[in-house]
Amino acid sequence: MKELLIIAVGSALVNNVVLSQFLGICPFLGVSKKIETAAGMGGAVVFVITIASFITGAIYQFILHPAGFEYLQTIVFILVIAALVQFVEMFLKKVMPPLYNALGVYLPLITTNCAVLGVSLNCVTKGYNILEGVVYGFSTAVGFTIAIVIMAGIREKIEYNDISESFQGTPIVLLTAALMSIAFFGFSGII
Amino acid sequence: MNKCTERLYNGLVKENPTFVMMLGMCPTLAVTTSAINGIGMGLSTTVVLIFSNLLISLLRKIIPDSVRMPAFIVVVATLVTVVQFLMEGFVPGLYASLGVYIPLIVVNCIILGRAEAYASKNPVLPSIFDGIGMGLGFTFGLTCIGIVRELIGSGKVFGLQIMPDIYEPVTIFILAPGAFLVLAFLVAARNKIMKRMEAKGKKVVKAQGCCEGGCASCGGCDAQVFPTGQEKE
Repeated sequence: MKELLIIAVGSALVNNVVLSQFLGICPFLGVSKKIETAAGMGGAVVFVITIASFITGAIYQFILHPAGFEYLQTIVFILVIAALVQFVEMFLKKVMPPLYNALGVYLPLITTNCAVLGVSLNCVTKGYNILEGVVYGFSTAVGFTIAIVIMAGIREKIEYNDISESFQGTPIVLLTAALMSIAFFGFSGII
Repeated sequence: MNKCTERLYNGLVKENPTFVMMLGMCPTLAVTTSAINGIGMGLSTTVVLIFSNLLISLLRKIIPDSVRMPAFIVVVATLVTVVQFLMEGFVPGLYASLGVYIPLIVVNCIILGRAEAYASKNPVLPSIFDGIGMGLGFTFGLTCIGIVRELIGSGKVFGLQIMPDIYEPVTIFILAPGAFLVLAFLVAARNKIMKRMEAKGKKVVKAQGCCEGGCASCGGCDAQVFPTGQEKE
């Protein structure tokens, strides 16, 4: 139980997926203009990464590893993730329309989000079992949601500020991210 | 051969993936802690890009349009796996310091973007040169950022001491916040130069990466990878 807690806190706060590992920068910069959309994207990412880390973990544990096909992991994982995202999208559309309406727009964007593939590959590198992998995936995604929602909140305020012309748009967002990244360094004392 | 040199110029200068198009920002931020890492990442991406452009251009008439995305992904993922094992065998130090970002070349916008935008529509030879140009442009961008961060962050360039001993290295530049900081000033400088060029009446290439247009521009991001079940409804 203690190890799981350390994995959870470590991946959500200390080694935040966006601010210290630079995975998922695209949605972090692209979909963080409003708090609602940022939260929607975060929810979709939590959903997909948790399922994806479970399925890729199971595939690695029960198929690739026993058969000695570890070298196929990159190819298998990316195809599984791409198929999974579309399957999740179709499933939600049929079974849970309200959830689909909330998350649907963001789901196709997630396929090439490097955070999903990165989490699956990191699970293998770190030698996590399936349970540890799912906890790692879930808390990484929660860390992503924390970062993108805070960023969206700051960006809503930045709108009213007077920023020099060259720094408008992306540069000021990146500067904010740099400051957030420094702030998240504060968590490194926890573990 | 004229078209080939034009592709090289296009990749290196006119549509430079790092400085002009703003593509592939994840590896740009993550691995540029030193100039060597920047070159290593750039060159491995270049190799994957050249061969993926070559193969996709060869296969462009065979791959059906409806399954082209999964086909591209399989081609790219295979090449990335090959590059990964070659690096593990021959440059283990570099492989260790680049870590998970080597397999993550698969989801780099530049590669799927070039496959979709150029290689799947053009003959083999220009596609290869397009890959070389884009790849070298990316390598150039990463190396420049790597040199700046290494020089400020540890006073060295390519591992050689450049700054005098009295210089106190600003360590934060080789840590995570430094990456965001350097990129922020880079994008600001780009905006300034582009504004000036626009004022002079020159044609300006728009940034296409994550920074500007969401992910809408790179082929794989907003397109359905497996277009199943969608048309029926």
